[in-house]
Amino acid sequence: MIEFFFFLFAAMAVLSAIFMVTQVNPVASVLYLVVTFFSLSGLFVILDAHFIAAVQVMVYAGAIMVLFLFVIMLLNLGSTELSDIRQGIGRVLAGSVSVALVAVFARLFMAGGDVDGLGGPSALDPLLESSGAVAAVAEPLFTRYLVAFEITSILLVVAIVGSVVLARRREP
Amino acid sequence: MSQGYLVDLALVLSAFLFAIGVAGVLLRRNAIIVFMCVELMLNAVNLSFVAFSRMHGIDGQIVVLFVISVAAAEAAVGLALILAIFRHYESVDLELFRRLRW
Repeated sequence: MIEFFFFLFAAMAVLSAIFMVTQVNPVASVLYLVVTFFSLSGLFVILDAHFIAAVQVMVYAGAIMVLFLFVIMLLNLGSTELSDIRQGIGRVLAGSVSVALVAVFARLFMAGGDVDGLGGPSALDPLLESSGAVAAVAEPLFTRYLVAFEITSILLVVAIVGSVVLARRREP
Repeated sequence: MSQGYLVDLALVLSAFLFAIGVAGVLLRRNAIIVFMCVELMLNAVNLSFVAFSRMHGIDGQIVVLFVISVAAAEAAVGLALILAIFRHYESVDLELFRRLRW
């Protein structure tokens, strides 16, 4: 049963990612990317990352993709008839680079086939049993990773101020 | 749950999604879609972090949270840049942005 859902979500993710790259209309691309993010969040649930799955739906599928859609509609790019996909050498380059990348990953994967724990039982089961899905993430986040967490808030403030400054219309 | 080999399959899927993202960055000329392909690559890496956290403990999931927040910041700044460039060129075609090229 788990396998069925895993393969279902994996096929949905790969197919909608391919459609996202090949669609001419940017709005259709955004919607296919939302489907990819939803199926990735289903995969996160299968891989015992329940809180990450919820954050994925809220932040990626909810906030970031709405931001993309908003910018596309603000710039009125939704009705393009003209394809922006590169022809000739660019197409060959893209295809060969991505195939080479998959080959490199496959080689690394074969080389690391006997890594400890790959294919073993989940290391998270005892933790999830004892403290639940949210507390398991929150406890290290607010103890060991507290400094990094606080620095992330500074990063977000810098991003807000930077995007306001960049997007402001300058008076001539 | 002891379907441990799902971790292997998740790593394979992550490699495929990353390669699709790279192909999209090289294939498209629309700046916004190139940007979306970068987000897809970030998500492919997140998937492998989650898969590894299933073998090694919870730390991988913490890293994923940080990656998501950095991606949100990057999306805000990047889209503001695209807005500013659009005001100047009236287009988001990457071929037109050659001011910094030789």
